Amino acid sequence: MSKGLFKISPGFEDVMPAEYKELVNNGPYGKDLGVSDLGTFKELIEEHPLCAGCAEALALRLILASLPNSEDTVIVGSTGCSSLLFPQVAVQNIHSLFGNQNAVATGLKRALRLRFPDKVKDVLVIAGDGATVDIGLDMVMQSWFRRELITTIMLDNEVYANTGGQESGMSPQGAVLHMAPLGKKFPKVNLPEIAREAGCAYVATISPALPRRLGKVVRRAILVAREIGPSYVQIFCPCPTNFKWPSAQVLQKIRDRQKEGIFKVREYVSPEAEAYLAGLEVVKQHDEEQ
Amino acid sequence: MAVSEYQVRPGPEGYLPPAAASMGVELPERGAALVEGRVVPEEEAFQAIAEKLLAARNPVFFPGPAVLWAWKDGVAEKAEAVLKLMKAVGARAIPMPDYRPKYPMINPAVEINPNHPNLTIWHNRIDVGVFVGVHCHYANVALKIIRGGTDCYTIALCGEMGHEDAMITLRDVDIRKLERLTDIARALAAAGPLRTGVMPRAGTAV
Ligand SMILES: Cc1ncc(C[n+]2csc(CCOP(=O)(O)OP(=O)(O)O)c2C)c(N)n1
Ligand code: SF4
Repeated sequence: MSKGLFKISPGFEDVMPAEYKELVNNGPYGKDLGVSDLGTFKELIEEHPLCAGCAEALALRLILASLPNSEDTVIVGSTGCSSLLFPQVAVQNIHSLFGNQNAVATGLKRALRLRFPDKVKDVLVIAGDGATVDIGLDMVMQSWFRRELITTIMLDNEVYANTGGQESGMSPQGAVLHMAPLGKKFPKVNLPEIAREAGCAYVATISPALPRRLGKVVRRAILVAREIGPSYVQIFCPCPTNFKWPSAQVLQKIRDRQKEGIFKVREYVSPEAEAYLAGLEVVKQHDEEQ
Repeated sequence: MAVSEYQVRPGPEGYLPPAAASMGVELPERGAALVEGRVVPEEEAFQAIAEKLLAARNPVFFPGPAVLWAWKDGVAEKAEAVLKLMKAVGARAIPMPDYRPKYPMINPAVEINPNHPNLTIWHNRIDVGVFVGVHCHYANVALKIIRGGTDCYTIALCGEMGHEDAMITLRDVDIRKLERLTDIARALAAAGPLRTGVMPRAGTAV
């Protein structure tokens, strides 16, 4: 996609809906904006149908605000709550079959590199924990083994939320859910560790309770995937609807879990990725501002 | 070429109208066009389009992304030609800026969406609708939904091979063809008013 796509043909400006005019005049395309600039530009997400207080929705809003190259980014999603939100997002996105997201992203990234060898095209997978760690784990890991230059972001809401509350690989041990009444018998899958072992050059865990760090992490993950290797970000965003928390308390619950040490913010950067990031002036500048 | 008996007339043709292609309607060859499922010479279609638009109570163009956004060289010029044609026939535009399935957030007063174009047509009481700059797969979906649930007379000004599910389809529409259509419409308008009830309202039995 070129920035020209965001120029309205002369003569049609008047008939365009207000949200598009706002995106053209005040959107983030082609600008170096981040989480700390929220409120000063037209965001890439319109109103959406997710539950009030959904931490996944907040995480997505922050991810979108942190894209270093929104006009040339393609997001590959999978079935789940987030897929209800993607139609309201003003970034190219593909809805893939549940679990296939990393295979689709792999093909897409390879095709984009052949078609646009001189352009930076970021391919981002954003999918739920069920799609990433359970049904799609094969495709996810194959993309890491093969060092595909894509960023995988898991929205870890600790449940299959969109289908009414089955336990997922990321549900905590003991979790009693609508469709897991006996409680989960196994601990959370340690996917960050697996990602590192499987060849990711950058791995991080973060939550929307730390918005600026989330922005930084997403940015770094995308930049590393441009040149060095696959990257993985796991965003802890538990589902208030399935865990039956009042929507206003979600962020506090996340903070509590962090205090208890159940959720930890972590970052792994391979030496090669470290050197690469250190060499990027934009990253340094941005990090200082955060 | 097989000649189909099937006519592509304004609906409502039920919840799921058959795709015209499945009823034997074939896309026109270069230089030809389709009027209600029949292959005709392009000139005949130019005339029919101009007449339909000038006789319409509420003619509306639905410019799609390929003409609304100046995404490559030549698009702004094509957009200008579309605007001239709209002016010549006294039509207004309701844009289709992208194809996000915005239901139920769509505001049918300000935009049209291929996933539920009928809402915009009902809301605005559109009797003749023109698709231009809409990517073919989305035009196909929208045209079928319109025929299924409304009596809107649809015209496709297609940059590619055309659309069987529009009542009139022109193919390979470029600036030259838009200008030709504008000239015909201007000449017809100058010859006398059509929008006086001389033509039957779209969708009513002739
Ligand atoms: C191939 C396939 N298998 C199963 C489903 C049913 N399905 C829809 S959403 C969903 C759960 C999604 O859970 P997760 O990936 O954790 O996302 P969340 O809804 O929690 O955000 C499932 C199993 C499907 N749509 N397609
Ligand atoms: S069910 Fe949970 S994850 Fe899904 S939208 Fe509602 S709060 Fe968000």
